[in-house]
Amino acid sequence: MKDIKRRIAISKYWDYTFATIGLLSSFVGLALLLTLFLDLFIDGFPRLSYKFFTSFPSRFPENAGILSAWVGTVLVMIVTALAAIPLGVAAGIYLEEYAGKNLFTNIIEINIANLAGIPSIIYGLLALGLFVYFFKFGESILTGGLALTLLILPVVIMATREAIRAIPNSIREASYALGATKWQTVRWHILPYSTGGILTGIIIGLSRAIGETAPLITVGALTFIAFLPTSPLSSDFPFISFRWLLDPFTVMPIQLFNWVSRPQKGFHMNAAAAGIVLMVMTLVMNGIAIYIRYRFRKKIKW
Amino acid sequence: MFKKIVLGMIAIMIMAASIPVMAAEKIVKIDGSSTVYPITEAVAEEFQKAKRASVKVTVGISGTGGGFKKFCRGETDISDASRPILKKEMDVCKEHGIEYVELPVAYDGLAVMVNPKNTWVKSMTVADLKKMWEPAAQGKITKWNQVRSEWPDVPLKLYGAGVDSGTYDYFTEAIVGKAKSSRGDFTSSEDDNVLVQGIAGDKNALGFFGLAYYEENRDKLKLVPVINPKTGKEVLPSEQTVMDGTYQPLSRPIFIYVSKKSLDKSEVKEFVEFYLKNAAKLVKQVKYVPLPEKAYKLAEARFSKRKIGTLFGGEAEVGVKIEDLLKREGL
Repeated sequence: MKDIKRRIAISKYWDYTFATIGLLSSFVGLALLLTLFLDLFIDGFPRLSYKFFTSFPSRFPENAGILSAWVGTVLVMIVTALAAIPLGVAAGIYLEEYAGKNLFTNIIEINIANLAGIPSIIYGLLALGLFVYFFKFGESILTGGLALTLLILPVVIMATREAIRAIPNSIREASYALGATKWQTVRWHILPYSTGGILTGIIIGLSRAIGETAPLITVGALTFIAFLPTSPLSSDFPFISFRWLLDPFTVMPIQLFNWVSRPQKGFHMNAAAAGIVLMVMTLVMNGIAIYIRYRFRKKIKW
Repeated sequence: MFKKIVLGMIAIMIMAASIPVMAAEKIVKIDGSSTVYPITEAVAEEFQKAKRASVKVTVGISGTGGGFKKFCRGETDISDASRPILKKEMDVCKEHGIEYVELPVAYDGLAVMVNPKNTWVKSMTVADLKKMWEPAAQGKITKWNQVRSEWPDVPLKLYGAGVDSGTYDYFTEAIVGKAKSSRGDFTSSEDDNVLVQGIAGDKNALGFFGLAYYEENRDKLKLVPVINPKTGKEVLPSEQTVMDGTYQPLSRPIFIYVSKKSLDKSEVKEFVEFYLKNAAKLVKQVKYVPLPEKAYKLAEARFSKRKIGTLFGGEAEVGVKIEDLLKREGL
């Protein structure tokens, strides 16, 4: 009797020990994030003003702003999302639902897994050769967005596959049993049920892309640019213009990096303020992902 | 979801179809060294203001080497450079038929710095610095008294600019005698502010970086006078000593290279003229050392005569006064 009690006590002791270690480990990440955010906040908050968002870069730290940087980041992200979502999701669906198990599929799978681990500057070099020199897109928003698309494609493909794999086979079988084709099954069952997971993957990919500097500098993103890309809305027919795709650009992390490495204290404050904006952008994107996942989960009725 | 994907695909197709549309607009494209960047940024800012935004100016920071790569392919109008163009870059330019005018725009002084608690260093010779930094010092010269016996027996901690920077190239050229050649066991960072923090927090540290970083952190750092090998006098780096050429060999001219082909565009020509006319004032505002008034006049003359080519013959020359160089050409 005593022996059993002792054993239970020991087991419980280990249980508590691990719970404590686990809790502390999760606090490390949180504490780091909080410290970082607080530090940025203290340094950068005084600089956050309407003017900061509506001014171009300047040699005077107090006049400098992030207008060209945040507009550039938003536009590049739009291009990246528009290109990465269809390509990544289609590839993911194909590999999971259509592709047979053979050597060819295996090679594709191994390659995608490897691509996810390649340093981002390599993607920059690839994009420089492919989009700038071969397709002649120039050093433009289009090139930047497509470079980041290459970077996040593996993430999107893998997330899509994970999400599809989580759907029980019985759902597919039920659909086939009613005479649905493969495409009908994908369209009406697989896609709706996996949307939450796929979107999470896309947002994780985009959050990675939003902080990238190296591949964009390689394809020719600028640092000083005191004008905005052409407006996507025009007064002439057809009222929508895609000229902005070929305009030069800069993005938030490049502006931030430049400010951090300047000697003047004022620029360091600007960098902190830009850091807050970038962090909030990422947090908002993650928030949207969580909300979408929650909404799609509620719709699933099995 | 499905609709969104289809919409996205349609959008991409429309984008692809609209690509060839590109109207001619007035734009000056500049890329190159991040050391020269603050000056070019300042000029670009003022130029756009003066032109009421009718001319667009873009400035990138691909680095001196990366900038020349684009410049010699004819992709940019002007290249920022923290060192003269090298032989192999000249060859690439020639291959693509790009001719250029080389214009000095400012001086950049490299300062040698120690911690304020360091009481023993009064001044240094180039030989002292070489002993610390040369490749042979790796793993061997680890204490201050190994450099000079009168200095104390305490560890020597070295901090320096990142090995890909023009600053590192110049420092090694001037001190060791060969660019890109130094010991490998020192703390290096592309961000000079990291070096400032390192030296400020370590009593036994020594490092080098741009003079502007000292100006902003006077209370945390102590400047080391370097003995000019030609005059034998110890010289503290300052705007004065860099400009008059007594702080040698650790000050260097920095340049812009203008493509001759681009000068057919009136906006590029006007931009360069604006650059030289306002450089003295703007260079000071961004904490660099301006060239003497005379040198800017000589540079303007060089530009108006469209003198093609470099004054350096494809290699970095240490310890030159820019007026002497410009005069060498007989302008």
